[in-house]
Amino acid sequence: MSTFLGIPRRHAAQEESPLRGALPFPKAARRELANDQLRRNLAHATSVIRSKRALVVDEMPDWEALRDAGAATKTQVMSNLPALLEQFEANVTARGGVVHWATDAQEANRIVTELVRAQGVDEVIKVKSMATQEIGLNEYLEDNGIAAVETDLAELIVQLGHDTPSHILVPAIHRNRTEVRDIFLAEMEDAPADLTDEPRRLAMAAREHLRRKFLASKVAISGTNFGIAETGTIGVVESEGNGRMCVTLPETLITVMGIEKILPTFTDLEVFLQLLPRSSTGERMNPYTSLWTGVTPGDGPQNFHLILLDNGRTNALADQVGRAALHCIRCSACLNVCPVYERTGGHAYGSVYPGPIGAVLTPQLTGMHGHHDVNSTLPYASSLCGACYDVCPVKIPIPDLLVELRGRAVDADRGRTIPGGWDAAMKAAAWIMSDPTRFAAAEKGLAAGRLVAGRDKKIKHLPFPGSAWTHTKDMPAPPKQTFRQWWKETHHE
Amino acid sequence: MSSRETVLGRIRSALAADTTPPPPIPRDYIRVGDHPPGSPPVLELMIDRLVDYKAHVREITPDQLADAIDTALTDQRSVVLAPDLDPAIAAAAARSGRTLTTDGTPTVLTPAELDRIDAVVTTATVAIALSGTITLDGGPGQGRRAITLVPDFHLVVLHAEQIVHTVPEAIARLDPVRPLTMIAGPSATSDIELERVEGVHGPRTLSVLIVR
Repeated sequence: MSTFLGIPRRHAAQEESPLRGALPFPKAARRELANDQLRRNLAHATSVIRSKRALVVDEMPDWEALRDAGAATKTQVMSNLPALLEQFEANVTARGGVVHWATDAQEANRIVTELVRAQGVDEVIKVKSMATQEIGLNEYLEDNGIAAVETDLAELIVQLGHDTPSHILVPAIHRNRTEVRDIFLAEMEDAPADLTDEPRRLAMAAREHLRRKFLASKVAISGTNFGIAETGTIGVVESEGNGRMCVTLPETLITVMGIEKILPTFTDLEVFLQLLPRSSTGERMNPYTSLWTGVTPGDGPQNFHLILLDNGRTNALADQVGRAALHCIRCSACLNVCPVYERTGGHAYGSVYPGPIGAVLTPQLTGMHGHHDVNSTLPYASSLCGACYDVCPVKIPIPDLLVELRGRAVDADRGRTIPGGWDAAMKAAAWIMSDPTRFAAAEKGLAAGRLVAGRDKKIKHLPFPGSAWTHTKDMPAPPKQTFRQWWKETHHE
Repeated sequence: MSSRETVLGRIRSALAADTTPPPPIPRDYIRVGDHPPGSPPVLELMIDRLVDYKAHVREITPDQLADAIDTALTDQRSVVLAPDLDPAIAAAAARSGRTLTTDGTPTVLTPAELDRIDAVVTTATVAIALSGTITLDGGPGQGRRAITLVPDFHLVVLHAEQIVHTVPEAIARLDPVRPLTMIAGPSATSDIELERVEGVHGPRTLSVLIVR
């Protein structure tokens, strides 16, 4: 059961963007909850990954010390960001890379498009990257006549299925093997006709499909997991080898990096290369990690362009409370333990960043523009159970941040001329509770609640405005007697 | 104003209200392991981790190396090597009639040419027992990143003293500006119902010889 209290009242359609869905979370969640297949797939996937993570974290005696180091490193990074970025830029440039800066998605997309055009190609290969999804790069390139081919298996499934990702790490987590086979048969021109739904056969079909592109592509686009200020080194962690293919074989590599991905020193990798894989895929180490510094003559791409992306990150940075959301290393551990995410899936959040961290990060990046903004509903997409904090490798206090953002959503609503249901209910409650006679009268009315409740002592349907509550949650039937009645009966003096 | 100045300006004003410096980074996690590099417990841990992710692994003595290379490459017909690989390893790889190609001598192989070669044999720079990770840095015997990526079979010759216990010990041994590839492979995906499938784009088989 999903929980959202004090739902903002009015919703206007917002312009769709990779960081903003068309529907407020409660409506989108209701749509997703109707999909039984989705819930089965998600329940299976999240439980598998949760137990894998728990096993490899439990075997680390210094896990909490690593988390403390990771959290402190990120705090330092945020406060030294200008100096670290300048140092990073100087080192990338000194090693033959070209650094570009982009204030927003539009500017980043334009720079990438110009760089691709300069190479005279109309197809590029891509490493799975949240930054490029956040700016809608594939769509922008497509509008400019450039095909961007996703090479991560899950991203390929999403791309061929004309779908959107629903998980940071496992974008096709909402699809099962039969759905994947059907997508491949319908959309992959070179899929074998006798393709079964066995995961191994599906992976091999993807291998064949992408091999030709890897070997022939001149331009690749990647994101990055880390950028090391001290050395100008960039790192991409992955499993399949598609990342290595993209950052190794083409002549030109274009990397889009959020400005928060900086780490001060190469030594800091000793912390993050332990925290990330264990938190993310539940592995001791991901199969492949590629680290490169500018251009290495004779090895790998000989043209390297790095785009440093703001796109709302400085908004988040300016917010002293919300700044911690920028510490996120996109491991997705918080998604896999979240009871709300497990039932609604990623699409309900409307943003490329779903789950608990998405509910914090998305409104930080875009701002919450009052109750008309669907992103104002995201801080309510949580039961505040705290599991997300427990698993976060850099100890982001996600529940605290959600509560803070809820407070702001309510505050932003205070200026309304027409009071909403919440205000009206609170005012009515205040009037009743401020007078003993009125309160006693109201208590008598509670008996009616027992009539509404079914045999299981739960009220499942109330007329409006009570329906705003009972639409998503049962309400327990009132007790047989009130506290004051009980007191009178048991205290005779 | 350039976008660079705009972004840096936004960051500076975002941070302007901060006056207290952040606390220092606590580093009381385990940096040096209980066991020295190449010690029997470290080798045992490394082998356990490699087996766990389905790499093939054998522990051998130096005099068994040539035979072990030949055996590991049994099903491979063609092999690519870095130009500076130890001639003894190259000679062992050439046994049983295998075709050897040396990348860079006389020409640097194209990706398509690499794709037609079955296997690659390399050395490594450092390995981490705790996570079963092998690191390449393009040093002697390792070659360009492409040669360990495109062929479907990767045989790595590790020397015991190259295997350290912890991640920090390995990071300390690396030169950051070399092109680095960390391998805890073979290539694998878990994208379909979280079921692990070994082998997608990188080498589908990883074979490791640990020379004691």
